[in-house]
Amino acid sequence: MLNYVLRRLAYGLLILIGVNLITFVLFFTVNTPDDMARLNIGGKRVTPDQIEKWKVERGYDKPLLFNDKLSGADKLTETVFWDRSVSLFKFDFGRADNASAGDIGYQIRQRMGVSLQLTVPLFLLGLLASVIFALWLVMFRGTRIDFWGVVACVFMMSISSLIYIIAGQFLFSRMARLAPISGYANGLDALRFLVLPIGLMLLASLAGQARFYRTLFLEEAGKDYVRTARAKGLGEVRVMRAHVLRNAMLPIITSAGGLLPGLFMGGLLTESFFGIPGLGAYTIDAIASQDFAIVRSMVFLGAVLYILSNILIDVAYTWADPRVRMQ
Amino acid sequence: MGFKAVVLWTDVVLWLMLIGLVQYVRVVRRDEALRATWQRVFVTPAGMASAVVLVVMLAVTLADSLHFRLALPAVNGGAQAYDTRTLSVLDLGLRKLIDSRENSYSRPLATYGFTKETVPPKLGEKPVLDENGLPALPKRVFPRLKHGGAGLQDAERDWAPDVAQRLLAGTAGGVAVALLLFALWRKRMGEDNPLAWRAAWMTASCMALLLSWGVALSWGQGYHVLGTDRTGNDVLYSTIKSIRTAFVIGSLATIATIPLALAFGIAAGYFKGWVDDVIQYIYTVLSSVPNILLIAACVLMMQVFIDKHPELFETGLERADLKIFLLCVILGVTGWAGLCRLLRAETLKLRELEYVQAATAFGATPWRIMRRHILPNVMHLVLITTVIEFSGLILYEAVLSYVGIGVDPSMNSFGGMINQARGEMSRDPVVWWSFASAFVFMVSIVLAANLFADAVRDAFDPRARVYRPVKPSAKAVTA
Repeated sequence: MLNYVLRRLAYGLLILIGVNLITFVLFFTVNTPDDMARLNIGGKRVTPDQIEKWKVERGYDKPLLFNDKLSGADKLTETVFWDRSVSLFKFDFGRADNASAGDIGYQIRQRMGVSLQLTVPLFLLGLLASVIFALWLVMFRGTRIDFWGVVACVFMMSISSLIYIIAGQFLFSRMARLAPISGYANGLDALRFLVLPIGLMLLASLAGQARFYRTLFLEEAGKDYVRTARAKGLGEVRVMRAHVLRNAMLPIITSAGGLLPGLFMGGLLTESFFGIPGLGAYTIDAIASQDFAIVRSMVFLGAVLYILSNILIDVAYTWADPRVRMQ
Repeated sequence: MGFKAVVLWTDVVLWLMLIGLVQYVRVVRRDEALRATWQRVFVTPAGMASAVVLVVMLAVTLADSLHFRLALPAVNGGAQAYDTRTLSVLDLGLRKLIDSRENSYSRPLATYGFTKETVPPKLGEKPVLDENGLPALPKRVFPRLKHGGAGLQDAERDWAPDVAQRLLAGTAGGVAVALLLFALWRKRMGEDNPLAWRAAWMTASCMALLLSWGVALSWGQGYHVLGTDRTGNDVLYSTIKSIRTAFVIGSLATIATIPLALAFGIAAGYFKGWVDDVIQYIYTVLSSVPNILLIAACVLMMQVFIDKHPELFETGLERADLKIFLLCVILGVTGWAGLCRLLRAETLKLRELEYVQAATAFGATPWRIMRRHILPNVMHLVLITTVIEFSGLILYEAVLSYVGIGVDPSMNSFGGMINQARGEMSRDPVVWWSFASAFVFMVSIVLAANLFADAVRDAFDPRARVYRPVKPSAKAVTA
């Protein structure tokens, strides 16, 4: 087990190197540091001195990939690529390109907690609600309830999440005045601001998940051991919970586990719509202001979380199904 | 009047796609097994009805994909100049909607503007004096619209009878089309025809009725059926124009994923060993980057390229078009990992089968085996994934537009409309019509695409067929 996890971590490191290479190529070779400096200092007249100063402040003043003025290993290490990569692997994200945005690492630490407050309840409630809804549909399979349940799911899946948010804000905040339209507060007050976004995103994601789980459960419900369980006199609820759900655990873990990296990255849309200062809003702002340093850091962070959650999924398999062995 | 044809990147691809589609239909007609499978799609009412909706939307898209620029009146001795606005064949049909531009917001079917405006005193008119003998403040009134209900003598009195008359005419037109279709399709709707022609007729009739209402209400000195937006443009027009954008994103971006996914997926599954390792490494790297960030990164780079080369484009539309084209390519290059993984697993299974081993024993080259024996047997996966992705991408476009990395803001799109609606919904009184029309049109397209995708998956994926929900009454008939 430990051996397996270690091997996966090593492969993960290899992947991170690849991710780092892609982002570097994307961000630095198409757009030279000079371009970025000009973009960020802004204004019509940008003197070469200003650009030089901006580059020195952020450590962009070295050659990109290869320093031919030096000798030996320094040829490779005294470069922007080496500096940026090494600092990323040490989780030292440095300063944002935009002068007012400050230290990226500090921002990420501040905002991650806020994002988790939004996404963790959403994740748990969403999983619970969609599994229960899907089980309920399967219990009534072949009846009107099942048919119209699926019809409702397909219809709800066809609505953009933006529409859920805008219509929800309009109905619940403006018309009914049940919750504030947007904003955030620390501590327990946060609940007041989080109820609406969580509820709306729950609604937006429920249909797709429930329909997926329904097909999983239906597949299990048609198998022989389920018939045996019913034949020995178990109630339908117990059959669903103890047999169908338990045996459909692996695909549920796979799909739910796929959402884990998203938890830390925050809700991209929700946060910026509801003015919640989490990582999602941070990312959107960075994209809008073309702050490549922040986008690069978020890409790296996202990749790390993806790799970790994949390992976690594999470990969870062994817990859900003892037949699965780690090799 | 002369004109100059404008060929846009997406136009070319869309028409090529149509040629491909026609070719595919011909192949299906000849191939008995394929024909039987496709028949299963059109046996279900949902599959047939959604196909009708999609065909109509496709027709709109294609009509909107023939672009040209009108010639301007020649200046003496000068070279022939062309209008900077690029029109499409669809625009010719909707000319009335383009030309009837108001000043600002107006409600659906309105005759007066939505916000009050100050009326300046007419020239030569005596200034109105108030009780103190001073010139009165200019009045603020709801302005009469320039085009909405322009033919009415007295807008308040004549509005209701006029609208009723137009609705009646529209209903008559819709019913006439429905009856015509019924007469044309009557033989097909018989008991012995297994296909769901009745559903097709009902869908087509509903659409004809809606279309006919729309035409009757806006015909001549008619109204803005869905109101106007902030700059006074007809909302119905921008909604219809958005259909093409949705179709381009949905189809082009899925098609862009296919070549990479096919090449890498089959190669990884067939060769195994180090080829497999390398390809798996590439797609793991790609999929470990949060999708939206990867797209954002690529789009920002594209933006830089386009900004640096303004000489490549004659008009704003050509620029916007290249942007949406490249966006589709980016979506394709970043989104092939899922399909690739499916194809790899399927190829791994197929290559161990007897007929592939027999081909190997006969000395067929790997290239020939992959092309002749493996490719045709994984095509159903490609087809299913394509139709499923189509609706997802239309929804994704709205999100991308919100983040600011979607289509060009000058291009009509559902995402753009919804984003604008965000501000309009917080106005007081609320401007709800552009949000509502974007919602209705978008849901119709995506719902049709989803239902069609389900029907295709049920027909082509033998595993999925068992789990289709059966309507209780329908089950009783088949049992």
